Amino acid sequence: MQGFAGLSQFSVFLLMALGLAIIFGQMKVINMAHGEFLTAGAYTTVVISDLVTKYCPSLLPYYFIFAIIMAFVVAFLLGYLVEFMLVRHLYHRALDTLLATWGVSMIMQQGFRFIFGGREDSAILPEWLMGSWSPTDTIDIPLNGLFLLGTSIVMTLLVAFLMHRSRWGLNVRATVQNREMANAVGINTKKVDRVTFALGCGIAGIAGAVFTTIGSVSPAAGSLYIVDTFIVVVFGGAGSLLGTVLAAFSIAQSQSILEFFLSGVLAKVWVLAIVVGILMIKPQGLIANRVRK
Amino acid sequence: MFKQSIKKLFPDRAHQLSFLILAVVLLVGIPLFCDSFRLNMAAKYLSLAFAAVGLVICWGYGGILSLGQAAFWGIGGYCMAAFLKLEAARNIAMEQGSDQIKALTTVGLPDFMDWNQITELPRLWYPFKSFPLTMICLLVVPGLIAYLLGNAIFKRRVNGVYFAIITQALCWLMEILFVTSQGLTGGINGITDLRTCLGWDIQSDSAHNILYFLTALLLLGSILLSKRVLHSKMGKILVAIRDMEDRVRFSGYDVSNFKVFAFAFAAVISAIGGALFSLNVGFMSPKLVTIEPSIYMVIFCALGGRRSLIGAVYGTLIVCLGRTFLSEKFPELWMFIMGGIFILTTVVCSDGLAGLVEQYGSRLWNFIKKYTRIDVLLAKISPRLTLSKEQS
Repeated sequence: MQGFAGLSQFSVFLLMALGLAIIFGQMKVINMAHGEFLTAGAYTTVVISDLVTKYCPSLLPYYFIFAIIMAFVVAFLLGYLVEFMLVRHLYHRALDTLLATWGVSMIMQQGFRFIFGGREDSAILPEWLMGSWSPTDTIDIPLNGLFLLGTSIVMTLLVAFLMHRSRWGLNVRATVQNREMANAVGINTKKVDRVTFALGCGIAGIAGAVFTTIGSVSPAAGSLYIVDTFIVVVFGGAGSLLGTVLAAFSIAQSQSILEFFLSGVLAKVWVLAIVVGILMIKPQGLIANRVRK
Repeated sequence: MFKQSIKKLFPDRAHQLSFLILAVVLLVGIPLFCDSFRLNMAAKYLSLAFAAVGLVICWGYGGILSLGQAAFWGIGGYCMAAFLKLEAARNIAMEQGSDQIKALTTVGLPDFMDWNQITELPRLWYPFKSFPLTMICLLVVPGLIAYLLGNAIFKRRVNGVYFAIITQALCWLMEILFVTSQGLTGGINGITDLRTCLGWDIQSDSAHNILYFLTALLLLGSILLSKRVLHSKMGKILVAIRDMEDRVRFSGYDVSNFKVFAFAFAAVISAIGGALFSLNVGFMSPKLVTIEPSIYMVIFCALGGRRSLIGAVYGTLIVCLGRTFLSEKFPELWMFIMGGIFILTTVVCSDGLAGLVEQYGSRLWNFIKKYTRIDVLLAKISPRLTLSKEQS
């Protein structure tokens, strides 16, 4: 059971970290508003579920797939807007992106509070996500946890394919490595930046939509995850997808195993301390890109 | 001698003037317009400004953005609060000397320790029995932690962004520790109900007034000290590291030592502010030691101008005043305004208010000088009037 609790924690970390691995790992933009894009995705799902229950309850079993797509679209568009209005002026000042996006996160949080109110909201789960799967009598695995795990694996594969096997991924990697050169060979680097940032935000939106299956949504929900997520990405080695997966897995599993022996909060302290300690020894993270400096 | 040292601290008249204005504002202006309640509030803000001053040195000049400054600030605060709490506990024990109470509680032990079934004073609290030891602790402990941490991080050449995230994680860690070790730190409530310092009632109006002046003077003093550091060779190397680290390293300097110094110096200055906060406000809580106040400290510094020690104080005052007054009247708008300030200061004027003053200040001064000279003014308004005067 403890192992599965770790696995669902792992999926949460991984889904959050995927978007950030693109934005922070590839573009070196410190997006403190990442959690708020997740909240945006979650609220989109809640709104769609409310609309569906009100107007056409017969569609209830199928709406969730549509909600995930809409969550992606909403977060993508928001990300596109933020990049266009703000982040593109700050590419050469990494630390300033941190401050500016913190401001964005405050504004977005307050915006959610303005529109949806401060209380917690939750989406209505379709029936096929409720209940649990029990292969034997003693093991009881909740279906929404399985769905979460499945989504995070599918998304990881999708991102890996996008980054390493597609034309667009090639453009992104070229832009990140040498902007001038990429420009010179005819890549529209501004467009690549914009779409990459928006895509990272869109993935956060998907994460938010999936998170509604395991918890409720509140305006400050995203900010709870943001430090954890940054630590996962940094620990894994920024820019390495495999590293991110490894880091999410090791942090989540060690935390849930330690929780078995210690209290939850102390387990968190230990894991954080160990991670920071390892980062001091290996500042580049678990899997470092070998680059000559 | 005196003149020379002033010249060393203030290279030009503008710096001298701006420091004088700050001193007048803090020592004359604010006390003149505030009653003792407001003055206490101002003292609270000023004790936060210490952290912003520290950040100017390590972020603005050293290029090291620490997102965990509140942790160091909080250590100073907790040290002071521990001393005050022990004294409060002793006083209560003196007042209620009856045997019945002695049987129920342990004499001279802070109340929250009683609630957590601790019967003996923890070893960690021993230094806070004496005032001088507390003073040493609140300066040395944060400095030492920053020194060790900085050494570990900078020797491995961990750069800006990663450093920021690591300090953020450490700050979070610190908060969790403060919250969970209830018997030692009072848990989520923190250390509350501090009344006297060395037998002096710190909650009275006169004490609030005196503490305000103490805070303001110490703040001015720490600005002078920071100026002294920044105008020395050490400060110049720090700036060189910020602008082109590799070049300094190739010139034969051990870059990490300079960074560690800047980081530790900032930590010590912040800790003084934390200690003053405990004295002024009468409590210390883990809510003040987390990431959010750390980020606020960074924004104080950014709004005032990350390269201006004096600007940092104004930045703190403006943001804190805004938070207090606007959040009471328009609680919903305030977060939008705050976010807007974050974005505007980073995108439009990255040197903050001090940068604006530097850019437009002299122009504005000339403008005022030009149009406030009465003869010029008169001549502009009615040339004939001045002419007729001369004729008569």
